[in-house]
Amino acid sequence: MTLTILKPGPLTTVQDLGRDGYAAFGVPRGGGCDALSLRLANLVAGNDEGAAALEVTLGGLKLRFDDATTFVYTGAAMNVTLDGVLLSPAHRYAAGAGAVLRFAYAERGARAYLALAGGIAVAPVLGSRSTGLLAGMGGFFGRALRSGDTLDCLPAEPRAPGVAVAQLERGEHLRVLPGPDWPLLDHAAQRQLLATPWQVSPASNRMGMRLAGSVVEIGAAPSLDSHAVMPGCVQLPESGQPIVLLADAQTTGGYLRALVVIRADLWRAGQFKPGDTLRFAEVDTAAALAALDAQQHWLVRIRRALSWWGTT
Amino acid sequence: MIQSFGEAALVLSVGTSLAMQRRLWAAWHILHAREPSVEWVLGMGNLSGFFDPLVVSAARIESALEAAWLASDGVESEPGKRVEIPVVYGGEDGPDLAHVAEQAGLSCDEVIDRHAGGDYVVYCLGFLPGFAYLGGLDPALACPRRATPRLSVPAGAVAIGGAQTAVYPLASPGGWQLIGQTDALLFDPYRETPGLLAPGDSVVFVPRGRR
Repeated sequence: MTLTILKPGPLTTVQDLGRDGYAAFGVPRGGGCDALSLRLANLVAGNDEGAAALEVTLGGLKLRFDDATTFVYTGAAMNVTLDGVLLSPAHRYAAGAGAVLRFAYAERGARAYLALAGGIAVAPVLGSRSTGLLAGMGGFFGRALRSGDTLDCLPAEPRAPGVAVAQLERGEHLRVLPGPDWPLLDHAAQRQLLATPWQVSPASNRMGMRLAGSVVEIGAAPSLDSHAVMPGCVQLPESGQPIVLLADAQTTGGYLRALVVIRADLWRAGQFKPGDTLRFAEVDTAAALAALDAQQHWLVRIRRALSWWGTT
Repeated sequence: MIQSFGEAALVLSVGTSLAMQRRLWAAWHILHAREPSVEWVLGMGNLSGFFDPLVVSAARIESALEAAWLASDGVESEPGKRVEIPVVYGGEDGPDLAHVAEQAGLSCDEVIDRHAGGDYVVYCLGFLPGFAYLGGLDPALACPRRATPRLSVPAGAVAIGGAQTAVYPLASPGGWQLIGQTDALLFDPYRETPGLLAPGDSVVFVPRGRR
């Protein structure tokens, strides 16, 4: 199956679940900013959850299926149409050769995922098909998609359309644990971080989401020795405005590690768009683990339900 | 000291010196072999382990980290290679040179002489593919990072951040002070060894005039 990009929108890239095992060499993990929606799209499409899909940032993508295929989109609410007919998220559809799929501007959420039967066929680089935009590696020639690009999918068994599941709701809160440098902040700064309704700044990208709305007085913060960071780490630079690291996060940094978004909420962090408001909600490790466990079970239940349904 | 870093990571911090860093390299190798499912990442004077908390417990990773640190005492590390990096200092290639000079109470030329006169060792890789944290910066040149990181620092920028110096391998956001520029290629994912530098390598900066 081949598809042709007619309009890429502001940023559409090939993403999977990212590169495992190269952080020690400075290579970011990468992968979908909302890995949960990417997994869900793949599961409903009948793929391995780690197959390569398209990450559509803020909408605007228009493409043509050059052969018949089945596909699923998940994530941000974007008004997606197939030859003008409105589609639902997390629902398996069939498209005929020549059909045109269109994503309008994102109304809620920032990133949609389009999984095609078989997954996008690009060569893995360092074990992943994800596009590393900074290093220009992986994905489709290491870059965002442009008009006229044609992408192939790996061969797939035929799947019947009509299967659908429910998506999780995003909400306004990101649950967090205190980071290693939390004790270096005084009580006023700690309170301010947790109480401020933070606005997502337009200067945000796949590396990190910059927040505005307040300036946290750090006081005489020590210059830290550089240390590992990861997606979900909330850095607090001297500007006093936090940065939530996302999938393309650099592997090390030197700013204060004030908070850490719990793993079960990482997908939520990937769904805020510029202008959205978010709040941090402090939880403890036991709650973080319980939430992660519940999320894994949710995926297991969906996998089971899909196999029950008869996926072919 | 071992601290938790969210529910899926731990950090061992021992302080930055070449002796400590050599031990951390050894500990990294031990951990890489003993707990391969964990992603072990070196920092300057610290070592973090990222794990799946639904598969292994934080307590197990903590003991592995402690044991590796103890076992790393007295382990000899292999000597690295020596790499020369040509640098054009100052002007458009190093927009923060004057700021660093002012902070240090030195002239721009003195900053260049001291920076290029240093013997550097790669302490760890990180931040970006091919980015090497170098130890051995003249303490007089230490300069705080920018309050707000630049949205884009050009590939090849030679920079100072705190008591460290490094070269940006790729165009990226960054908060360090930029003092020069090199055309050395620090990272190429399609090269057999993608990164030019590895922990333990030594680096010298060779001035190529000044603009």
